[in-house]
Amino acid sequence: MTKEFQASKPIYIQIADHLSSQIVRGEIRPGEKLPSVREMAIVSGVNPNTVQRTYSEMERMGIVETKRGQGTFVTQNEEIVDSLKTQLQREIIDRFVQSMRGLGLSEEDITEGLKQYLRGEQDGR
Amino acid sequence: MAVKLSNVSKKYGKEFSLKNVSLTFETGKIYGLLGPNGSGKSTTLKMIAGLVYPNSGKVEVGNEEVSRKISKNVAYLTELDMFYPGFTVANMVDYYATQFTDFDSVKAEELLKEMKLEREKKIKQLSKGTRGRLKLVLALSRNAPVLLLDEPFSGLDPMVRDSIVKSLLSYINFDLQTMIIATHEIDEIEPLLDEAIVIFHGNIIGQKNVEELREEEGLSVLDWFKDTAKNMEAKMNG
Repeated sequence: MTKEFQASKPIYIQIADHLSSQIVRGEIRPGEKLPSVREMAIVSGVNPNTVQRTYSEMERMGIVETKRGQGTFVTQNEEIVDSLKTQLQREIIDRFVQSMRGLGLSEEDITEGLKQYLRGEQDGR
Repeated sequence: MAVKLSNVSKKYGKEFSLKNVSLTFETGKIYGLLGPNGSGKSTTLKMIAGLVYPNSGKVEVGNEEVSRKISKNVAYLTELDMFYPGFTVANMVDYYATQFTDFDSVKAEELLKEMKLEREKKIKQLSKGTRGRLKLVLALSRNAPVLLLDEPFSGLDPMVRDSIVKSLLSYINFDLQTMIIATHEIDEIEPLLDEAIVIFHGNIIGQKNVEELREEEGLSVLDWFKDTAKNMEAKMNG
């Protein structure tokens, strides 16, 4: 399952984003061990130096911890996971609002459009 | 093991295949040597493998100037077919084992399985794609400090390419080996690379760290390659 990567964003960040959303969704639990750098590289089809960079970056952000000789683990600190969730949410909203504004829509249009969409989604079921 | 080209030129007749090229390849990294057909990619690899000598300049592997004997340290996957048609897959593996002291027979068996190659099949019965996989098995089974792959994806379908990328990642020893992949199929290998080098009409026209390229210029290797090549064309025609 080699992933497709976007052209303009560093690959190490794209892998970090992917792992972060898995952590936020609880697919990867707090305290859980991440695959080794080599394993992760093989699964994603990328250079191990890239994965190493992903892990270092996530460690710097406090999302994971590396224990010497044991591997890389997701933090047990729920506050960090919560703030990660808030941050990801913000990024998504940011992109959404930017694109809507790009279409020339006002604040009311955007909220109204979103409400309608969510309602429609419910009715659809 | 590091590889170094210093002011290397190579002419075939009156035509320059390489023109005053200087490059350094470090241990533990994967390099992409990218360029259109006839740009000098294969010549560069052949020089590192000791199969072609420069007209001027110096090619070193480790701290040794390259000669034929460098094959002890350099595994080379050629773009050409180099098999005896009457050999079976197993014969070919055994032959390789007799030629190279660093040939790892255990690794070869694992790779044969992974690449779904049947030991008893004769080379002449194999499709082009299957021969391509066999070449890769033979090159990767050597624990050579330098691995050179010339167009490793040519003639292979996308599924096989994926599994080859995985095998490359599984079997390289990043503490000891240097890998150089020459290809014009940039998309396939971009996520594998540490560094990309663009070669055009025998000139090195750019070298970039792949992640820095994305981070600083917002470009994939393919985008960058196209830009660089286009600028070069414009310069030559203008």
